[in-house]
Amino acid sequence: MALLNIEDLTKDFGGVRAVDHFSQELEKGGLYAIIGPNGAGKTTIFNLITGIYKPSEGRIYFEDEEITGRPTHEIAQKGIARTFQNIRLFSDFSVRDNVRTACSRYASYSILEGLIPTPRRAREEKELADRSSRLLELVGLSNRADELSKNLPYGHQRRLEIARALAQEPVLLLLDEPAAGMNPDETVDLMEFIEEIHETFDLTILLIEHHMEVVMGLADDIVVIDFGRTIAQGTPEEVQSNPTVIEAYLGEED
Amino acid sequence: MSQYYVGILILICINLLAVLGLSLMTGFTGLFNFGQAGFLAVGAYTATILTTHYAIPFLPALAAGMAVSVLTSFIIGYPTLRLKGDYFAIATLGFAEVVRLLVENLEKLTGGSRGIPRIPTNTSLPLALGASIIALWLVANYVSSRHGRNCVAVREDELAAESIGVDSFRYKQVVFAINAALGGLSGGLLAHYVGFIQPSMFSTIKSTELIVMVIFGGMHSLTGAVFSAIVLTSLPELLRTAQAWRLVAYGALVVLIMVARPEGLMGSWELTPANIKALFKKSGSAEEGE
Repeated sequence: MALLNIEDLTKDFGGVRAVDHFSQELEKGGLYAIIGPNGAGKTTIFNLITGIYKPSEGRIYFEDEEITGRPTHEIAQKGIARTFQNIRLFSDFSVRDNVRTACSRYASYSILEGLIPTPRRAREEKELADRSSRLLELVGLSNRADELSKNLPYGHQRRLEIARALAQEPVLLLLDEPAAGMNPDETVDLMEFIEEIHETFDLTILLIEHHMEVVMGLADDIVVIDFGRTIAQGTPEEVQSNPTVIEAYLGEED
Repeated sequence: MSQYYVGILILICINLLAVLGLSLMTGFTGLFNFGQAGFLAVGAYTATILTTHYAIPFLPALAAGMAVSVLTSFIIGYPTLRLKGDYFAIATLGFAEVVRLLVENLEKLTGGSRGIPRIPTNTSLPLALGASIIALWLVANYVSSRHGRNCVAVREDELAAESIGVDSFRYKQVVFAINAALGGLSGGLLAHYVGFIQPSMFSTIKSTELIVMVIFGGMHSLTGAVFSAIVLTSLPELLRTAQAWRLVAYGALVVLIMVARPEGLMGSWELTPANIKALFKKSGSAEEGE
């Protein structure tokens, strides 16, 4: 059974159909990419999976359980983490606290223990601190752990946002245009980083990308969408040579 | 110590309780509350009606005031906490006015706009001081816990907070309830200190005064909340000799601070041993210690 199963997903905004009967199965451990021109409905699909939007039609199953229309935080707790196209860090938090807050599900002390400290709280807080230090080391941000995240350079902010998602120890990671706004060198670095975490964290990754060449060397399976509809799917080579894709996505070159 | 100074100290403690709740709610969680006086009124009237009409002992009556205040926060919070920031602030403003008008019109129970006189003045300095120290300890613990961090995450970016698994609505309810408990306690203590309550004591002016204290001290700092509760409560008293001009001076000071330092006096700085050490280390260099 597929890890994530999207069936006939449709989303209308007034008269605009942003996603049009989109279906997709993600197998555990895969690295998938959705590509498509601006306004094709890529981010809307992410927002539907993570419960930020309620779908107009269709169903979404995660680990054989229906999650359609569940609240965002519940879906996150089930093991789906994401990043955003326009980085959404907790900007007044330190780098460490951004990650530590996302680790929070590994501490279970209650609100009452939040008011009155107990040994369990101390133990769990230490665990959170250790976890976040280890993770920051892994992503190469430990030397900036105490800086405010808003003061980080852009590329590091992207990396931190991914680290924050990893802190949730998700099963499925959704990356929304992780290379947006990066120069070619940074992009190459980032792609290597994504490949690395894909292996070390045993993740299933679905990423959105606007630039086709970025995902060519990375994804096993590429879905091309336009006007909210799947127009092609396959390996990078298959997609690249597909005439519909060339016409719809790259534009007619003559 | 003369009775006069004891009185000011008690008032500081009473205001501090209400300001601590607000600081947690508005400063740390980002929920603007312009109706704190409504919770003070609920706590004050509940406790007072119990002690004067039903001869219930003081402490249980105070606790009942807090409980009714918390209950009110759930009733108000359930439909309004899902509102976006500004709309929620307006809802709290409306809530406080509704409470005030209810009190004014339920004459049999509350004495209407004439109020309730001859309340036993049970609020002592040790009680008020003890209550505010315990409250400060609890709130400081909360802020440094994972729950406190989740609250700040909600303030910083609610959507991102939800996306890492934080149930933002639940956290808003929790801080609203803590705020209501502290506000209710503050109101109950106030009634049993002054010995007399009437609806005009819980008007928008009171709510504004309290929220100004939070902003003045620094939205993201409990140290700031304590500091401004002390300064802004005692200042009008100390300036009493200047009579008519004292409120002008008070207003001018607040405006001055907000212009010179919009993040409030303390910003997000907290008085902790580590921070004091850090302050001394770089003394002489930068003035703004953040």
